[in-house]
Amino acid sequence: MEDLRVELCGLRLKNPVMTASGTFGYGHEFADFYDPSLPGAIIVKATTAEPRAGNPYPRMAETASGMLNAVGLQNKGIDYFVSNIYPELQKIDTVIIANVSGSTVESYVEVAEKMAALDHIRAIELNISCPNVKAGGMAFGTSCPSALAVTAAVRKVYPKPLIVKLSPNVTSIVEIARAVADGGADALSLINTLLGMAIDAEKRKPVLSTVTGGLSGPAIKPVALRMVWQVTRAVNLPVIGIGGIARAGDAVEFLLAGATAVQVGTANFVNPMAVPEIISGLKDYMIRHRVAQIRDLVGGLIL
Amino acid sequence: MSKAIHDLVLRENVQLSPFYHRLDFTAPSPLPECEPGQFAELLVPPGPGVFLRRPFSIHAVDYKDNTISFLIKLVGEGTRRLAGILPGTVINTVYPLGRGFTMPEKGPVLLVGGGCGIAPLLFLSARLKAGGFRTDCLLGGRTEKDIIETADFERNGAVFITTEDGSLGEKGLVTAHSLFDRPLPYTMVYACGPEAMLRAVAMLAMKASVPCEVSLENTMACGVGVCLCCVVPTTEGNQCVCTEGPVFNINRLSGWDQAARIADSCPVI
Ligand SMILES: Cc1cc2nc3c(=O)[nH]c(=O)nc-3n(C[C@H](O)[C@H](O)[C@H](O)COP(=O)(O)OP(=O)(O)OC[C@H]3O[C@@H](n4cnc5c(N)ncnc54)[C@H](O)[C@@H]3O)c2cc1C
Ligand SMILES: Cc1cc2nc3c(=O)[nH]c(=O)nc-3n(C[C@H](O)[C@H](O)[C@H](O)COP(=O)(O)O)c2cc1C
Ligand code: FES
Repeated sequence: MEDLRVELCGLRLKNPVMTASGTFGYGHEFADFYDPSLPGAIIVKATTAEPRAGNPYPRMAETASGMLNAVGLQNKGIDYFVSNIYPELQKIDTVIIANVSGSTVESYVEVAEKMAALDHIRAIELNISCPNVKAGGMAFGTSCPSALAVTAAVRKVYPKPLIVKLSPNVTSIVEIARAVADGGADALSLINTLLGMAIDAEKRKPVLSTVTGGLSGPAIKPVALRMVWQVTRAVNLPVIGIGGIARAGDAVEFLLAGATAVQVGTANFVNPMAVPEIISGLKDYMIRHRVAQIRDLVGGLIL
Repeated sequence: MSKAIHDLVLRENVQLSPFYHRLDFTAPSPLPECEPGQFAELLVPPGPGVFLRRPFSIHAVDYKDNTISFLIKLVGEGTRRLAGILPGTVINTVYPLGRGFTMPEKGPVLLVGGGCGIAPLLFLSARLKAGGFRTDCLLGGRTEKDIIETADFERNGAVFITTEDGSLGEKGLVTAHSLFDRPLPYTMVYACGPEAMLRAVAMLAMKASVPCEVSLENTMACGVGVCLCCVVPTTEGNQCVCTEGPVFNINRLSGWDQAARIADSCPVI
């Protein structure tokens, strides 16, 4: 029997395949396709202190093997989350992780504090890497002092596992990862979207209302793999690999590069069955390679 | 109304005009219950240049034969590739998605379609006919080559036509049709087509105090309400066209009671 279980900073996951924030809603949206309890964990859509309307339409541009988005953290705010969304999430029988975003250190702290009071939110993923908001977001994740400061401030109020999601839009991902580790993070998620741009040549206009947006999908996988590889070798924290994972083979690559678990994002849009297919594909891989425990693949790259 | 993912098998690919194909598919298991105005996300056969699924309105459904049809207007690589498939081709499809049109309490009603906007209207027309509502139809296009399937609409009421070059019907835009010179004898207007056309139709319906529903075609990534890419400003804030729509009553759409703004004016960041 293949053992898909992994442990990640105290969280026991039934398998290493999670759904990425902003690509799986609050779980129930996929319930017609498969049981939302199937993923190892669900990272729900970003929550901020105040409601946010997000950016104007158009917010999406298709690109070669990927897409740009400029959603801009549209959500109804933490108080709405606690009273309306959280009760529904409790019905899902897997690890639920909240993605926390903000525009100031205080607003991150406020959301983290309120999330800490929710039993079924087993961890938070601090989003210091959203490229689609003017204030905060990626600004926190692209300088070492601010990444450290926001992590440390949230650490003070949040006793459960604290995962920090890093931006790839930096010169040295390793330095940021070290800063976040110093701030008291328990694990790292990488990567968020890469800053990109699309132009409509016929109209001579940008496609996105915000001009620039975040690139995701298979197009970013090589960059994500490289970053997971660099960070897991330099920093002693478990890493969740994200970026262009669409098939079991992609997930295996991230595990071999050093990730303890993975998240599936944009692939959910193209193939709503991506997550169950990746989970069963991992089992097939384990049988073919005579791997009894999936955790034995972590960092198992042969050099 | 639950969503399904099916490998639909192409039964027939009918070219209706130089830019339009109708694809008739057979479903491998019983068709889910579909409402006029709902849409499907089709996975384009793999190849360069297309990454995401493509949304198409449900054009016709036949539960007896277990077939479902889509009307495809050629605009880019994805639609070109779909229009080129042969019978027997399997297309992975997620459907039915979104919310459709509401049925009127009484007729007669008017359908207004521009370009591929007739796609959901044919299904709606069939449903209205089954419900016993007289349904007139106003179809607009650039030339006569854009005007297709008029015989199907004629079964259920009068068909009015406009073309921009005057090659068929009255010359001009749909909203310039002489129908709008008189009081509108309808209880409801249903419209689908380019946004500029929908906004103009909405203004006319509002002026005539006739309720109006429009089907929007915002670009989509997921089609199931999770990516939040397809939003439209409404009286209840930004809402997803893929789940709250694609059909909206015009009085829910913010700004639609004002003269059409320039369609692609620069957005405010
Ligand atoms: C709910 C919904 C229902 C739809 N129903 C139908 C239908 O029944 N029949 C049909 O033919 N089409 C329909 N469309 C539009 C259809 O999805 C697009 O034409 C298609 O995705 C274009 O794909 P492509 O690869 O051929 O073009 P692309 O290469 O993606 O684009 C080519 C050009 O078309 C423009 N374009 C792309 N998508 C859209 C869009 N959604 N609206 C306007 N312009 C667009 C692009 O800006 C570009 O200039 C619907 C769209 C939505 C959202
Ligand atoms: C439409 C969309 C919305 C997203 N929203 C969020 C978000 O709210 N918070 C966050 O941390 N990441 C968000 N992301 C980033 C993803 O979680 C993920 O890090 C990124 O897309 C790369 O993975 P992928 O290539 O598998 O999609 C979003 C991505 C997309 C495409
Ligand atoms: S297309 Fe993703 S939310 Fe509508």
